[in-house]
Amino acid sequence: MIALDKRPNPSALYATLSPFIALALTLIAGVILFLAIGKSPAAALYAYFIEPLTEGWSLHELAVKATPLILIGAGLCIAFLSGNWNIGAEGQLVMGAIAGALVPVLMPEFRNILTLPLMLCLGMLGGALWASVPGLLKAKFGTSEILTSLMLVYVAQLFLDWLVRGPWRDPAGYNFPQTVRFSPEATMPAIDYASGRAHWGFGIAIIVALALWYMLARTRRGFSLRVTGQSPRAARFGGFSPGRTTMFAFLLSGALAGLAGIIEVSGAIGQLRPTISPGYGFTAIIVAFLGRLNPAGAILAGLVLALSYLGGEAAQITLGVSDKIARVFQGMILFFVLGCDTLINYRIRLKGASVSGTAAVTPAATVGPEQKRDIDAAAGAVPEAGRHA
Amino acid sequence: MLEAILISIATAATPLFLAAIGELVSERAGVLNLGVEGMMAMGAVTGFGIGLATGSPLIGALAAVIVGAVFSLLFAFLTLTLASNQVATGLALTLLGLGVSGQIGEAYVGQPGVRMGPVFLGLDPIFWFSLVLLVVVAWFLFHTKPGLKVRAVGDSHVSAHALGVPVIAIRYAAVAFGGACAGLAGAYLSLVYTPQWVEAMTAGRGWIALALVVFASWRPVRVLVGAWLFGAITIGQLQIQAMSLSTIAGFAAPLDSIVGALKSVPSQFLSSLPYLATVVVLVLISRNRRLALVNTPACLGQPFVPDR
Repeated sequence: MIALDKRPNPSALYATLSPFIALALTLIAGVILFLAIGKSPAAALYAYFIEPLTEGWSLHELAVKATPLILIGAGLCIAFLSGNWNIGAEGQLVMGAIAGALVPVLMPEFRNILTLPLMLCLGMLGGALWASVPGLLKAKFGTSEILTSLMLVYVAQLFLDWLVRGPWRDPAGYNFPQTVRFSPEATMPAIDYASGRAHWGFGIAIIVALALWYMLARTRRGFSLRVTGQSPRAARFGGFSPGRTTMFAFLLSGALAGLAGIIEVSGAIGQLRPTISPGYGFTAIIVAFLGRLNPAGAILAGLVLALSYLGGEAAQITLGVSDKIARVFQGMILFFVLGCDTLINYRIRLKGASVSGTAAVTPAATVGPEQKRDIDAAAGAVPEAGRHA
Repeated sequence: MLEAILISIATAATPLFLAAIGELVSERAGVLNLGVEGMMAMGAVTGFGIGLATGSPLIGALAAVIVGAVFSLLFAFLTLTLASNQVATGLALTLLGLGVSGQIGEAYVGQPGVRMGPVFLGLDPIFWFSLVLLVVVAWFLFHTKPGLKVRAVGDSHVSAHALGVPVIAIRYAAVAFGGACAGLAGAYLSLVYTPQWVEAMTAGRGWIALALVVFASWRPVRVLVGAWLFGAITIGQLQIQAMSLSTIAGFAAPLDSIVGALKSVPSQFLSSLPYLATVVVLVLISRNRRLALVNTPACLGQPFVPDR
């Protein structure tokens, strides 16, 4: 049996270490996994985690894949910290890409220095508008943002599918479901054309993540976000409006997901297709938690998760393992991170036979559920779950 | 014609109902498990694979029940023993389930599966079992002592604990029951609804099931009503998509023009109807706050760590 003892204060040591312990545990699980499917673990882990870092072009690929993960992950840090479970970033990414693509698809002759900035702004607007729906419904009616934001992912993906097969299909594209290719003015410029595909979107992602870190750590807005997430009641006493915090969190995380979408389309793909993301919006949830809900941490975490995508592709080529194994690794990382985060607030103690009979006289019985919830919430870095309905 | 439509609606509703009734028990015990989609995917791939290997859809379904329950224990260990955040851990379970099922199912893509055929009134054994399950769950939760304990744990884990009710053990059982039901729901998809394996074939049904629990305000019978409603929406939009011009010609003139207008709606818009309907239903339910609050388990989503 495992029992938890509450620490008087959250452990700073484990707050730093827990993501690394989680990654180590993921590697151990990976070894077991590869042994189970009859592959040499050493060769597999080398192909998965080291090989992609040894060549110049694959470092470029790492930056390409990390860009949307960092952008969305940093935005989700803000949303999750403030207790707003926006899990529909994938849909906001799609709507951002569509809104940004309005310019190159509908006005292909509009080609000048303003083309790309306009696309990026429209991308943010598209993502923010799509995210405003669950945000507004939560702020106004108390509707569960978890379910509404997720449902809108499917709607956005179907909308994109209709656009590229219907009205936006490239007439000269041999009936392929895709739009015209974007002009050079509508393309995110590469950092170094000669050596690889990495584009300046990566730079934007780093700057955005650092700016969000600053806002969260140093500004009044950041403080109100953190307080609202840890204890909604305290936030109300402090004069922070929960509804406005919700709207802010959704608009911000949605805008960044939309920005990630238009950057991915204009930088990495060059046109709209029925599928424009291998689930970046969902993987970014893992990025946010692996980065300990710190936007600066999301930079590192985004690179780690980007590596898992690349490693999946590399392992497929060199080992003949399906690249779907990347998704397994990503899921395991999140599981281990959440498990290890327990160490921050609790000491874990192994005990023999349980003695639940003594429970009735514990202080817990004298604390009402309402109080208890606030105590729990105030101690944890992760905000309490929103009411389901 | 009507009979065929009713059967197809029942077939579309059953996986939603099974997943939702399991989640209802879990939530009644105070545990919000957002991993339904992942558990369903695991059940779907298990049901398909074991059904194919043994040639028996029944053994496939049983295996899916076991795998669903075992898989949900991962979530239970983290949220109940390690007191991790339920929302985040549920998401992790969904991501892991979709990943693992995709990996396992790689070998099954494009293979024809075994099909569980109808046994009575054109419907399969799992459908009839789901009706029995409804009666059993409704009776258990509201007319038995253990059922009362489950609800007590969900409404106030501190009071229940003080009275000597084993909070954590009951929650483990409730989560495992939810996992077993979600596993069966997944197997229903890959053995009855569309006997094949496609990656992520659950297509958001696990999430719709979660919404159904809210829609039903945690009442078992209302879950069945909600599942039939969504089954009808799903089948309705599929019917419109599939309707060929030749069948339209048979209708009377006014109906003809309506169906014609519906047919001009792009299929993607029709496909998005169940998802949009979910959003609308959630809004309608939550607008009536009093109704939502009366039945919501008071401790839903909150971790419980017994003090010594």
